[in-house]
Amino acid sequence: MEKTIESGDLLDVKDLYVNFYTYAGVVEAIDGVSLLLKQGETLGLVGETGCGKSVTSLSIIVLVPPPGTIEKGDILLNAGDKAINLLKQNDRTLMNIRGKDISMVFQDPRGALNPVYTVTQQVGEALLLHRREEMCKRVLQNLERDIPEANTLKRFIYNCEKKIYEKMMNKPKSPSLRTLSKIPIINRYQGRLRNEIRKEVVELLRIMKIADPERVVDMYPHELSGGMAQRVVIAMALSCNPRLLLADEPTTNLDVTIQAQILLLIRELKEKMKSSILYVTHDLGVVAEICDRVAVMYAGNVVEVADTFTIFKKPSHPYTQDLLAAIPRPGKEFKSIRGEVPALISPPKGCRYHPRCSKAMPTCALVKPQVAEIEKGHLVMCHLYKR
Amino acid sequence: MKAKSESPTIKELKFVITRIKKSPLSIAGIAIIGFFVAIALLAPILARVPEGQDNPYRLPRSGWFSEPQPPSPEHLFGTAQWQYDIYYGCIWGTRTAFRIGIIVVAGNLIIGLLVGTLGGYYGGIIDELLMRGTDIVWAFPGLLLAMAFVTVMGPSLDSIVLALILVGWPSYARVIRSEIFRVKQEDYVEAAKAVGCSDFRVITKHILINAIYPIVIMASLDTGAIVLSAAALSFLGLGPPPGYADWGQMISLSRGFIYKNAQDPLGYWFTWTYPGVFIFTFVLGWNLLGDAFRDILDPTLRRR
Repeated sequence: MEKTIESGDLLDVKDLYVNFYTYAGVVEAIDGVSLLLKQGETLGLVGETGCGKSVTSLSIIVLVPPPGTIEKGDILLNAGDKAINLLKQNDRTLMNIRGKDISMVFQDPRGALNPVYTVTQQVGEALLLHRREEMCKRVLQNLERDIPEANTLKRFIYNCEKKIYEKMMNKPKSPSLRTLSKIPIINRYQGRLRNEIRKEVVELLRIMKIADPERVVDMYPHELSGGMAQRVVIAMALSCNPRLLLADEPTTNLDVTIQAQILLLIRELKEKMKSSILYVTHDLGVVAEICDRVAVMYAGNVVEVADTFTIFKKPSHPYTQDLLAAIPRPGKEFKSIRGEVPALISPPKGCRYHPRCSKAMPTCALVKPQVAEIEKGHLVMCHLYKR
Repeated sequence: MKAKSESPTIKELKFVITRIKKSPLSIAGIAIIGFFVAIALLAPILARVPEGQDNPYRLPRSGWFSEPQPPSPEHLFGTAQWQYDIYYGCIWGTRTAFRIGIIVVAGNLIIGLLVGTLGGYYGGIIDELLMRGTDIVWAFPGLLLAMAFVTVMGPSLDSIVLALILVGWPSYARVIRSEIFRVKQEDYVEAAKAVGCSDFRVITKHILINAIYPIVIMASLDTGAIVLSAAALSFLGLGPPPGYADWGQMISLSRGFIYKNAQDPLGYWFTWTYPGVFIFTFVLGWNLLGDAFRDILDPTLRRR
């Protein structure tokens, strides 16, 4: 039976369960998460540390680190006329989707850059993997332009290069090309491709508003400042115009000024590239700033989904209410949520929030609540609301 | 600005050179190994192969007399038992030493890298199987196991090389595995996967390049030690037959001539001193070179 997806929706996560099998026992990190992401929208995924936000986003690119296992569920990606279930694809297809259709920005920009490669090499890797054809085409165009002007010897070399690049476009994995690329001197034909990639990377960095991109492309990660590194990481993620960008707390490690710049940048880029963003964060201020809709997570469940305005004006789930009340405000008494985040190795029965909830009822400890749509597009998972 | 015109590679190279200049021991190591490389390359000029001899590694002999003869103009380092020329043996033995060292280390590296990488990257049952395999080899004393292998395969230089490869790889496998475990958890590996790299690409381009340095240092330190082990095996009579240009074998020849007689106890000093000095210097050179590599490659030591 083919699962379907509506044309306006980009990603549909249905009933996802992820467990981590540790020595201490099974950790039920994701317990039936459903999320819907529309084309071109920014969905904020909020929650406390350890509630499963990052695992959710890693599940979407099917890279849950071991010992984590995706137990069941469907992750449907809209691929034009049909829906692709990401959890049922083989590795090769997934490799093509990662980076091209779905890409990810990691939390720690320094950690996400390999210390031994320059910026060009790292950003270029994505280009080389997913946009090789386009790059080759540009090289060929340059060659077409150069050939008539060259003298005999050069013309011969250019013609050889042209043949190689034509082959590279049609059959990038042919063994003869692989051998050629290993022979010294002859493999210098790759210089043209490398130049083209470098140009494109400079262009990307310019879009990221990095000052002096010509110089930055040849830098190693340790030479970059935190904000620059984060921009490079975002450039890497956006290099192939992904339809979905998973941003896993991309501004957490930055100071507020840089954070504001990056947020502005992400918003602009979203408009320009028409991507959708899943923005994982625990910072409600950031959510208010850039998200269209918000999903609140608690202990592996999505407890409330609504548009940003509603979440802040009319929070309905007790957890959301408590979370918003816990934002420190000057002149008001600071309220924190009592108790602490449950260890997911032995989660509370029934509603996972009931031990901390101020409105808990007897049923809360026994029955897991169903998701209720209290208004259009406003979903709450709580016994207070009837379906 | 002038600094901009220099590519990172050149900059790095200059940095490495200043680093080496600062440490006299590194220079000594490089000089010693350079000296031996020169000897090995110039062997046919330094020690002419006698006419009519097709295998240059066979020592020329002048007679069948069993008592070693002291150095003389014809035999610079003297002759060993049965009149084998020691000078010739020391020079051509350098080639043998390089051959043993390089082939064994290369073999160790290949097996160690393969086993360590597969085990470290994939983990789980693959790791368990491979590592228990290395544990089995590891459990035997190295030289004894090597002797057993050579005895089974029959004494020759090739069997020494093969035996040392079969015995030496577990330490490489373990080090590379632990390094890969460390690097595998770095964010950039995850990021590379998220960009769509295949496992092979992730391993070769992102993990190994960050995990290889300890192995490079280990390999250069090991080269000396391996030549020493090979000499030990040769000395025990498990190496090539007498008369082959191999330092260990030459010391084995001089085994009966350490003590001459009461009047002149060290009368046969040349039989064991020359090959001994060659082995000693060669091993010392590799160890110093290993230290130099560590100074150059180890990022935690270098930027001080």
